[in-house]
Amino acid sequence: MRYSLLSVLGQALRGQRDWTPQWRDAAPKPEYDVVVVGGGGHGLATAYYLAKEHGITNVAVLERSHVGSGNVGRNTTIIRSNYGLAGNIPFYERSLKLWEGLEQDINYNAMVSQRGVLNLYHSDAQRDAYARRGNAMRIAGADAELLDREGVRALVPVIDFDNARFPVKGGLLQRRGGTVRHDAVAWGYARAADGRGVDVIQNCEVTGIRRENGRVTGVETSRGFVGARKVALSVAGSSSRLAAMAGLRLPIESHVLQAFVSEGVKPLIDGVMTFGAGHFYVSQSDKGGLVFGGDIDGYNSYAQRGNLATIEDVMEGGMALWPGLGRLRLLRHWGGIMDMSMDGSPIIDRTGIEGLYLNAGWCYGGFKATPAAGFCFAHLIARDAPHPDAAAYRLDRFATGHLIDEKGMGAQPNLH
Amino acid sequence: MRIRCPYCGARDNGEFSYLGDAAPRRPEGMAAEPAQMFDYVYLRDNPAGAIRELWYHAAGCRSWLVVTRDTRTHAIAGVAAARDVALAREAGR
Repeated sequence: MRYSLLSVLGQALRGQRDWTPQWRDAAPKPEYDVVVVGGGGHGLATAYYLAKEHGITNVAVLERSHVGSGNVGRNTTIIRSNYGLAGNIPFYERSLKLWEGLEQDINYNAMVSQRGVLNLYHSDAQRDAYARRGNAMRIAGADAELLDREGVRALVPVIDFDNARFPVKGGLLQRRGGTVRHDAVAWGYARAADGRGVDVIQNCEVTGIRRENGRVTGVETSRGFVGARKVALSVAGSSSRLAAMAGLRLPIESHVLQAFVSEGVKPLIDGVMTFGAGHFYVSQSDKGGLVFGGDIDGYNSYAQRGNLATIEDVMEGGMALWPGLGRLRLLRHWGGIMDMSMDGSPIIDRTGIEGLYLNAGWCYGGFKATPAAGFCFAHLIARDAPHPDAAAYRLDRFATGHLIDEKGMGAQPNLH
Repeated sequence: MRIRCPYCGARDNGEFSYLGDAAPRRPEGMAAEPAQMFDYVYLRDNPAGAIRELWYHAAGCRSWLVVTRDTRTHAIAGVAAARDVALAREAGR
């Protein structure tokens, strides 16, 4: 069923009785051309673009739990393309362009809201670094504006500009950045992929990867063996566990990242804002809650929950920037498991095992990448060659030294 | 999460900083093959379950510790001074 103003009005007149399920509850077939492991945003987008861009429709997406239960439903919904390195900028700018056309493309309201992403600076040196980053972004075709103190004050009058230690001197603004309703991204891609013939199979956990003569032949699952000519792993958080089923060790550690929502209040802040002197970022949801977060907890974890020391650290960052936050109550907080790679950048590549493809290592930046990751991963799977925009995201770059270390932290995943 | 430091007792995990998996062993300097060094610097088992890992009691006694912890539950099964672990390993050689 195609969604439109007409379909909404028609259903209203018929008492909302005739809506159909958004996608089929498919059961696994014995064999597929491509099996995508992981029914999160990236996996579903990959299946969608395999069908749409490459005409490969004999595809299954296998999800251990239900669609949207992992990181696609646990992030803080921010989209942006404010990166500084050559290997990253074209990729994230493609992603932002895909976000801009996504709702028309998949006929689904994902509430793409380009309200702006503002990174604050607090010193002359930081201003210079942001000016350089903004220039790099503009050269690559993204948008960026360097704001002075008064420019920031016009956007967010509520923060403390005169903090004794970290006064707000200005900010780097990307107006095309913003937020997207993350659940709708998963649901929208699932529905769009299903509409093109893809089987979205939930409650189907992959327990093994079958190989013959060095070639992948399918996956063992909790619902039996599923044959596949190609298997594509898109399971950020659990990439090491899945790769181990094929005998691979990855340059990845799994870490927990927490996020927070306050009680709902009247509009306080329009876009996304980040504190430049600590790790704290905040936006306001349409329901009125302030959505915010900070650093990962910093130790290996698969627990999907974090500890109080990090919560305290995030709150301290928030209070330093915006003392008024102390008047709000925290409504809820949660955790998700991140693939923290050794240089802070992702991997979209073949694996050395014929027919096995890997999309992993998204650290805590995977949500904004969802459309481009699906687009480029589908290209890799269909053509056995990397998409030019994701060509730097090689698995072997750690061995060859072609690292993409945006933060300059070295091989220490909990610092990226 | 509290870590029971052998010198300071049970302390909040915010007092500690984390290095990572205690398993990787640095290969012998110039004699090492590039592949060995690559493995040591970049590749990790990243287990879902028990892991032995290095923590540093930065806001306490400044000792390096080897903590045995379950990554699925954060339950800590044991803590030892990294020095003792290294001495025991050398003695066992």
